[in-house]
Amino acid sequence: MAVVSLPSQLRDRAGSGPEVPIDGSTVGQILATLEHNYPGIAGWILDETGTIRRHVNVFLNGERVPAETAVSADDRIQVLPAISGGASVRTPGSLGSRYRG
Amino acid sequence: MDLLVGTRKGLFVLRGENGGPMEIASRRFDGDVCEFAIKDPRSGRYLASVTSGFYGPRVFHTMVAEGGWDQAQGPAFPEDAGATVERTWVITPGEEDDVLWAGVAPAALFRSEDGGESWALNPGLWDVPERAEWSPGAGGLCLHSICTWPGDPARIAVGISAAGVWLSDDGGYSWRRGVKGIVPGYLPEDAREDAIALCVHNMHRAPLQPDTLYMQFHGGVYRSDDAGETWQDIAAGLPSDFGFPMVVDPHDPNRAFVIPLVGAEDRTTPGGSLRVYETRDRGESWRALVQGLPQEGAFHTILRQAFAHDGGDPPGLYFGTEQGEVYGSADGGAHWALVASHLPPVTSVRCAP
Repeated sequence: MAVVSLPSQLRDRAGSGPEVPIDGSTVGQILATLEHNYPGIAGWILDETGTIRRHVNVFLNGERVPAETAVSADDRIQVLPAISGGASVRTPGSLGSRYRG
Repeated sequence: MDLLVGTRKGLFVLRGENGGPMEIASRRFDGDVCEFAIKDPRSGRYLASVTSGFYGPRVFHTMVAEGGWDQAQGPAFPEDAGATVERTWVITPGEEDDVLWAGVAPAALFRSEDGGESWALNPGLWDVPERAEWSPGAGGLCLHSICTWPGDPARIAVGISAAGVWLSDDGGYSWRRGVKGIVPGYLPEDAREDAIALCVHNMHRAPLQPDTLYMQFHGGVYRSDDAGETWQDIAAGLPSDFGFPMVVDPHDPNRAFVIPLVGAEDRTTPGGSLRVYETRDRGESWRALVQGLPQEGAFHTILRQAFAHDGGDPPGLYFGTEQGEVYGSADGGAHWALVASHLPPVTSVRCAP
């Protein structure tokens, strides 16, 4: 069973320990199961399409990976906020900052 | 009275006398953007739209603003929609018990039938054929204005940037455009007729005369006398026809308020003078309300959800600026005072009497 490590903000919302063992064959499947098992973080890592949110990074054994990456039983998944997040975001196709309106 | 002030760094609940200095009673969602917050006057429930720069958007609700908040189920698109909510712009109580509406980006309408605890996509608007041609304004492709019809849940109007006004007479099952008379001056003349890209900035219905709607456009202020079917420009007399915030007097359908900004390239108060403009004759004339507002060196930007009334007669008026200041008037705009300052940039203001 792979182990998922969560940042403190998500741990607090999930009410989980620092590491959560989850069964699954891909990163995306494991994260979906994680969000299902801990409704307090439903939608916080994956969006409605099952895609990892743009400003969340997911690492598998220390390497940043996409959701479709295969996972083995002894693997370790780390979820971390990306350094690109947290600020105003330009919307694709827009003329300026998202807060100008 | 409480004032719910959404900011770039959380929700602030301000408390004080109408139009007077207000204290910070609580702050929630520290570090996240509180896009919008209201208190549903029917249930007393607070709802807040919050967007994390990392973990995305969500709606929270509570019965005690200073207490814990619960996360709602949605708004979120169904899997087959192939879209993801970027943020929730507005939440509006509906005309049926426990019904609320939410407008999101990318432009879509959601409905709650349990007081905001869960939300479902309105498929009628999502499936209009013209949606393929909708394009975003500077704030994204967003549904930011929802005008219900007092006493008639079937009739609803929504404003979308930049996809115009959409009307429904059957509770949101089917939709049609309501854009006659709107002139998109930002397009070449030969591209204006039947343009899809209509950048509505704000829209409100006069509750005592529901056929009357007012709209702040991206270059133009408009009024409709036929529930949004046709529009006439009423911007003559304003220092600028550009802006975002708008309030309609809940007790007088002839009276509306706007805060003009220099056009799209600047978006600050004209000449560094912070002025609210009022019409008492449906836009035939406007007059500046300035008493108590800074008239020199005040280059403020006021966003579309950052201007509100308290429901009183005359209405108490409140607005917040991107510079973190909140101004209030207890007498319909005749006298203003700085009620809070040094806040993060203000994204929304709503009264919670």
